[in-house]
Amino acid sequence: MTSTDEDLDHLLERAMAGDEKAYAGFLGAVAPLVRAVARRKLAGGAASDVEDVVQETLLAVHLKRHTWRPSEPVRPWLYAIARYKIVDAYRRRGRRVHVDIEDFAETLAQPQEDTVSGGEVARALGTLSPGQRVVVQSITLDGLSIGETARQLNMKETAVRVALHRGLAAIAARFGQKS
Amino acid sequence: MKTDDLIRTLAQDLPRSGPAMGKTLAWASLAGLALAALTFFATIGVRADIETAVQSYRFLSKFVITAILAATGLYVLDRLVRPGALLRRDLLVLLGAPALLAALATLEALVLDPARWASVAMGTNSLVCLTFVPLIGIGPLIAMLLTLRRGAPTRPGLAGAVAGLVAGGMAASFYAAHCPDDSPFFVAIWYTLAISMLVVVGAALGRLFARF
Repeated sequence: MTSTDEDLDHLLERAMAGDEKAYAGFLGAVAPLVRAVARRKLAGGAASDVEDVVQETLLAVHLKRHTWRPSEPVRPWLYAIARYKIVDAYRRRGRRVHVDIEDFAETLAQPQEDTVSGGEVARALGTLSPGQRVVVQSITLDGLSIGETARQLNMKETAVRVALHRGLAAIAARFGQKS
Repeated sequence: MKTDDLIRTLAQDLPRSGPAMGKTLAWASLAGLALAALTFFATIGVRADIETAVQSYRFLSKFVITAILAATGLYVLDRLVRPGALLRRDLLVLLGAPALLAALATLEALVLDPARWASVAMGTNSLVCLTFVPLIGIGPLIAMLLTLRRGAPTRPGLAGAVAGLVAGGMAASFYAAHCPDDSPFFVAIWYTLAISMLVVVGAALGRLFARF
């Protein structure tokens, strides 16, 4: 395991106070945990399918972060979301998997293979309204910051933030619908 | 898309976090109560003999039961919208209102002449009860279901059912001020049936709309 309980608790606590670096660190620590369990459950499945589940879980963790109570340990909350998302992802593929909370504790974190990408986010990106798509693309694919995106698109920063947030929420909602 | 790119993007969206879950639930409860009050006073309103009624323990006990139902439902709902927060023993608090009602019904059986049991149980107002508890409960149910959507219920059907229970408790708390039937026998039969409708509808809507 790459991170201890306290690490995760502290990272998310600092993130909720507005520390973006701590937040990126938190999500970066969550991804390999989810990946390891998803990979084991989808034995023989494509690596891109595993990465889709990881990304869907990260989106859910992000959009539902206000449901975490800062005084509570992060792991039970995190594992419950990941478990829900893994089971749901395989249910949509017509498969039934059983995930226990112990699966997370027992599995070693798995780093991402550099070449692997998930396809679902990109697919969902294509269904966004043009205004949201151009903002989300600029930040995810082109790697620009909010400020740079605002300057490039000649928008206000707050408008970029709103478009980004709504775009991410729409992408998460699209995961539920098989194209 | 690479997962690292997604993480970098999510971190940029960090400042846009809405109000905490507890606040949402508190506001939704107030909104639900306000909507229930509006429906209640616009339609049936309090009973004519309210001044004498408040001196009867049977009348007052109805509010204790319905308030406990709404409060215990909210307690459980607050955990259902937070992943991993609900322990199985938390569900036991939901037995509070039924247990009190069972105790009061037992007491009623001890003090009331058995010849009158059937008539107080059937009461005079059962159809109004079956109509208006669900009707008054629509507003609170919508408020609770919207709260579920903002939350992250990993058991959306159960969460929807408990949302229906909360709505039922709130609605019945108003309806009880209208209903002339105060016997725990009546409450045990007709209130339970009326609230069950909201529970069933809540469970179905939860499964449909509260998934995340």
